[in-house]
Amino acid sequence: MDLPHFLTSGMGGIRTAGDLVARMEYDPKHKMHIKDAKAYVAKKLGVSVLDIADESVMRDLREELGIGVCTGVPGAPRGIAAKMNIEKLLDIEINSCKIFREKTQKN
Amino acid sequence: MAFYTRMGDGKRVEMTREAIIDDIRAGMADAADMGGIPDLTEDDIAIITDIVACNDRMVGVAPGEEIVLTYDIGQLDFTGDNGNSGNGVDMGRLEAALLHERALGADTFELAHSDYSIKPVKPVISMEMQTMEEIQAEIVAPYFYGAMPNCGLYYAPDGPYGNPADLMREFKIDEAMAAAEAAADHVARDIEYVTTRLIQAGADGFNFDTTGSAGDADCVGTLNGVRMLREACPDAYINVGMAGESVMGIHGMIEFDGQIVAGLYPHQQVKLAQKAGASVFGAVCNTNTSKSLAWNLGRSVTFIKECVNQAEIPVHVDMGMGVGGIPMLETPPIDAVSRCNKAMVEVAHVDGV
Repeated sequence: MDLPHFLTSGMGGIRTAGDLVARMEYDPKHKMHIKDAKAYVAKKLGVSVLDIADESVMRDLREELGIGVCTGVPGAPRGIAAKMNIEKLLDIEINSCKIFREKTQKN
Repeated sequence: MAFYTRMGDGKRVEMTREAIIDDIRAGMADAADMGGIPDLTEDDIAIITDIVACNDRMVGVAPGEEIVLTYDIGQLDFTGDNGNSGNGVDMGRLEAALLHERALGADTFELAHSDYSIKPVKPVISMEMQTMEEIQAEIVAPYFYGAMPNCGLYYAPDGPYGNPADLMREFKIDEAMAAAEAAADHVARDIEYVTTRLIQAGADGFNFDTTGSAGDADCVGTLNGVRMLREACPDAYINVGMAGESVMGIHGMIEFDGQIVAGLYPHQQVKLAQKAGASVFGAVCNTNTSKSLAWNLGRSVTFIKECVNQAEIPVHVDMGMGVGGIPMLETPPIDAVSRCNKAMVEVAHVDGV
């Protein structure tokens, strides 16, 4: 079921900016509808709404911004490190990053 | 000219354009009548007709019109048996999550227990928290924990309360209603226990899958659990996905926030999900296997379009096997899946699938 949905209308997750748009829909401080979420992400990335679902734009931009890529790149941020960069980019707080900070920044 | 299309059980059939239009209108009329909601517009019907009456194997939305995808059942789509339409391929939950993220274009994903219900998670909550912590360290996409509230597990012979179906057969109506109310309270407490711990372990949020599967008490218990989670974890991502297009009235009178939930349709269900604290609502329309894809799609889009129109929060339509117009079989044909998906995006204007 995953593939026909992805190929028909899916943004593509971290191949493009689908994860970022999903965060803006789900974040309870925003709860943005799809058009607003895409416009918000495009503005933060400095590209167009068309570009945020375009692998040819997003693949390199994601690596440049350190927000996680779908191919194996040694040294490139992934997991919590990538999500910390996403927090700054989108001006949101991500739960796993918040918990990581609480665990690592104790005085 | 005849077009290849499908029945609700997936069987391939040929239909003329006129027959497709007739079935779209009939499905639409059924939804509008049942839900007391508006018909589709003539433009909507024309768009759906063009989508169904297309001989290409797959269809797709225009660039720039993409939406995001939310998943149920987590890694069980790889590891599960045919009861979950799983592939029967054993693998770790970390590997399954990263494959979805990095190879299958998943915008979000989730961790799941093999029994995929709230109740069996309780005894293994520490293991689930550990796994959540490990996967959160590696994954980038929003990563939920997902489970069915599944109030049925709280009734005899599996749980502590009398089975309402058995009690009603004995004309013990008051006892049946009391058992349903007790089970609803119990599932709400268990939801609070399980979900708050998983959020403490770093989960982005929780996916409530098939809310109301055991009827109206299941729905009320889940909504009360969602409210508890929202109060305890104000930043959690919460997806409330429904089990069916109408809440089954097994209790009949049980309420959430002063509203009887039995018989509510998607455009009414979403308002209660919003009140409870959901971030996103998973709307459902069931497939009739005896009717055509055109009939089922016309019906589904009518229900979901009105739900989207009345929702304040984003709506991700449920589009698995036997919902959202998609034929009811283990391996839905991709031509049918892509047609239903495109119609939901272009006509119902869903925020996600």
